[in-house]
Amino acid sequence: MASKRYAEAGAYCVACGSCLKVCPKDAITIWKGVIAQIHKDICIGCGKCEKECPAGAIELKQREVQP
Amino acid sequence: MNSKQKHWYDYLWIVTPIYLGLGFFNILFAWLGLIFFFLPLLIAIFGGGKLYCNRYCDRGQFLGLLGDKLKLSRNKPTPNWMRSKAFRYGFLIFFFAMFFQMLYTTYLVGSGAQGLRQVVKLFWTFRLPWHWAYHGTLFAPWVAQFAFGFYSMMLTSTLIGLIVMVLYKPRSWCVFCPMGTTTQLICQARAGKPQNTCTGSCTSCSACAEGGSHAQ
Repeated sequence: MASKRYAEAGAYCVACGSCLKVCPKDAITIWKGVIAQIHKDICIGCGKCEKECPAGAIELKQREVQP
Repeated sequence: MNSKQKHWYDYLWIVTPIYLGLGFFNILFAWLGLIFFFLPLLIAIFGGGKLYCNRYCDRGQFLGLLGDKLKLSRNKPTPNWMRSKAFRYGFLIFFFAMFFQMLYTTYLVGSGAQGLRQVVKLFWTFRLPWHWAYHGTLFAPWVAQFAFGFYSMMLTSTLIGLIVMVLYKPRSWCVFCPMGTTTQLICQARAGKPQNTCTGSCTSCSACAEGGSHAQ
């Protein structure tokens, strides 16, 4: 069920909310108007937010393989 | 499944063409633009975060519509310099300097030291005759002067937004939007400094918020 990748927002985030609109799982919230917080356990790593982000602040990361 | 049903605020993009269109008929409508100026600030100051940018910003929606739905954007990454803090804060300072200069011109017209100039100044440089959009003497000349100045600022920033929308991502303007930068600064000040130590298993504690640096 778990995807291999997940998205994470970094310091370049301007909290504009572009990512909120494209996320198919509603996995993103804007933390106190400062930064996008992508909930790792909901994220399916589809990469739509990464493509949409105008600030280039979202990075797709590999999930750690469960032992 | 995901709930992406449309809300009333998803149609606010229409406000951008209406606002710019009204300025062609009567420049005094430019005063309505103060709503786009004060609303995001008030929302941020009173704890609503960046709800304006996230939900209600007509320009953001308009650029998104043109860039995403109408595919007018090249969808290339926004250049590094444009998303740097130096450029964002530099543009914020420049924008507010121009805003206060516009207020000073309004004051000069109000005090009678300068006559009303029925022009719209594009990109803070090019003067376009705009006399057809000013008809009356119902208000004092400074009221019209402010409207010409404010409309110039709104038209210029929309054009910059459209240019970067075509060249880069649909909402590249949002990266250095002066209102967005200001509201983010307000939100940062309200939020305080988050602890930067993540335990690794997400409990949505926001410890990771600064720089998103998960300690794994």
